[in-house]
Amino acid sequence: MSGPSTYVPKSAIGRWFESRLPIMGLMHSSFVVYPTPKNLNYFWTFGGILSLMLGVQIITGIVLAMHYTPHVDYAFQSVEHIMRDVNWGWFLRYTHANGASMFFIAVYIHMLRGLYFGSYKAPREVLWILGVVIFLLMMATAFMGYVLPWGQMSFWGATVITNLFSAIPVVGASITTWLWGGYSVDNPTLNRFFALHYLLPFMIAAVVALHVWALHVSGQNNPTGVEVKDVKRDTVPFTPYATIKDGFAMVVFLAFFSWFIFYVPNYLGHPDNYIDANPMVTPAHIVPEWYFLPFYAILRAIPDKLGGVIAMFGSIAVLAFLPWLDTSRVKSASYRPVYRVFFWVFVICGIGLGYLGAMPAEGGYVIASRIFTVYYFAFFLIIMPLLGLFETPKPLPASIADSVLARGGSASAAAAGAAHAPENK
Amino acid sequence: MTWIWGLIVAEATTVEPTRRDFLYITTGAVAAVGAGSVAWPLIHQMNPDASTLALASTEVDLAALPEGGIMTVKWRGKPVFVRHRSKKEIGEAQATPLAQLPDPQKDADRVKKPEWLVVIGVCTHLGCVPLGHSGDYDGWFCPCHGSHYDTSGRIRKGPAPRNLEVPVYSFLTDTKVRIG
Repeated sequence: MSGPSTYVPKSAIGRWFESRLPIMGLMHSSFVVYPTPKNLNYFWTFGGILSLMLGVQIITGIVLAMHYTPHVDYAFQSVEHIMRDVNWGWFLRYTHANGASMFFIAVYIHMLRGLYFGSYKAPREVLWILGVVIFLLMMATAFMGYVLPWGQMSFWGATVITNLFSAIPVVGASITTWLWGGYSVDNPTLNRFFALHYLLPFMIAAVVALHVWALHVSGQNNPTGVEVKDVKRDTVPFTPYATIKDGFAMVVFLAFFSWFIFYVPNYLGHPDNYIDANPMVTPAHIVPEWYFLPFYAILRAIPDKLGGVIAMFGSIAVLAFLPWLDTSRVKSASYRPVYRVFFWVFVICGIGLGYLGAMPAEGGYVIASRIFTVYYFAFFLIIMPLLGLFETPKPLPASIADSVLARGGSASAAAAGAAHAPENK
Repeated sequence: MTWIWGLIVAEATTVEPTRRDFLYITTGAVAAVGAGSVAWPLIHQMNPDASTLALASTEVDLAALPEGGIMTVKWRGKPVFVRHRSKKEIGEAQATPLAQLPDPQKDADRVKKPEWLVVIGVCTHLGCVPLGHSGDYDGWFCPCHGSHYDTSGRIRKGPAPRNLEVPVYSFLTDTKVRIG
């Protein structure tokens, strides 16, 4: 969609530079004249919010690293030193710690947006898979970051998660020893986690660049799921329309973020992580950070070690196959009355798994986790492939412009839309 | 068509391999060995270092441990449980039929002296430290994911696949044990 740049620098120096490195033209075609569908709703602002959060995490992370000591004897103290002694240290650490949670809130909304409006379907399969890669890198980064304060939850979370690899037949034990650099989670583990926690956000930034590149090749999806047919009628330029809308959404999101930083900075954390790590005593109840709870519930729902680990990783891996598991030719759930019901049940199931992941692994909680786990996988592996074959979608609008005009009350445009059969799309 | 290591080297039926094909393959092979030999130090540096491997063994004095008590000692950065088992606990451990065990092992194969059980205190599921004198079999219970171990440290119920591991140890005297 972003064709050759039409950018002409105004100054002579600009023209001189542009003919040698056309970076201003690239920026201009990507973020100024880039055509965005005119019917995008606020769920489309979360890409921008996520870019902002990546920036916030990298900047606060770099300055925190200037005061942190990655050693088992000093890590816990150096975090308290940041909180008490470093100028504005409390603010930087609370921003970074809550920033991780905000990042995941935004990414889950972003992913569910894609799931609802069918943003993973052709021609956006590679765009979607790059997103799954970013999600995996985010999870690895967040996990290793949570280990760094070296509290009880840091230590035991690290122990449980690295032990997942011991479920691999034959080589499992060697892999965990290799990950630890010893026979248990210890100083070598903390050191390497710090190095990797510093590295991974830059890898995320690189994959985000590919993600945006892929987005700008296929163009954005939109709430109707109907592709842009006429750039003049169906789209508006990125600047000022999307820039201002994204900017407004970012401000609202930052207000929400600030409430956590300034009023309930420890609400999303766990009190046990304010106890120095003790390899001899496991806390009575280990829970991961909230954003891992649904996957943790899936792990615990399976009464077999290897099976549980496979199910947990499988629950994320299955997302990468979504473009081929969904057989429906209609993208948007707005025109898929049956899919829409299954989608909302899936959302409730995800929230339910999150709740169960925080509960002890016993009795009714385990049974409920198993039911939700079955639905989680059935949604992707059974419902999605079959629904596309049996569901009768509602008529799609002829174009994005027609859908916008129909909403504005134009009866003739609505009639034109109704005549358009989805199977001819 | 002939394939060697994924490379088409020649149309075997029509053209003989040339000296240039041979050079391509040998050059590629040397490059692969070179890349591998540089990769190994980068991978192996993450394995336990000399100071970790040199960790000494631990000596434990059992005299202070009353019957029924459990002592936790640190060995290789991990907890080791030493349990002074009562007659009742020994009886239960010995009487359990092997058919009831997910990881069948006789109690006699897990102890040197029946009254002393020495096991590594790390749950074989995901590495938490189980709690003593609890669970359905009065052995250990892992609070993380609900694994129950019996008075021989054998897995009875829950997601853990194996019994608690028995470390290498020896009795120096009747009341002194060296672990490792």
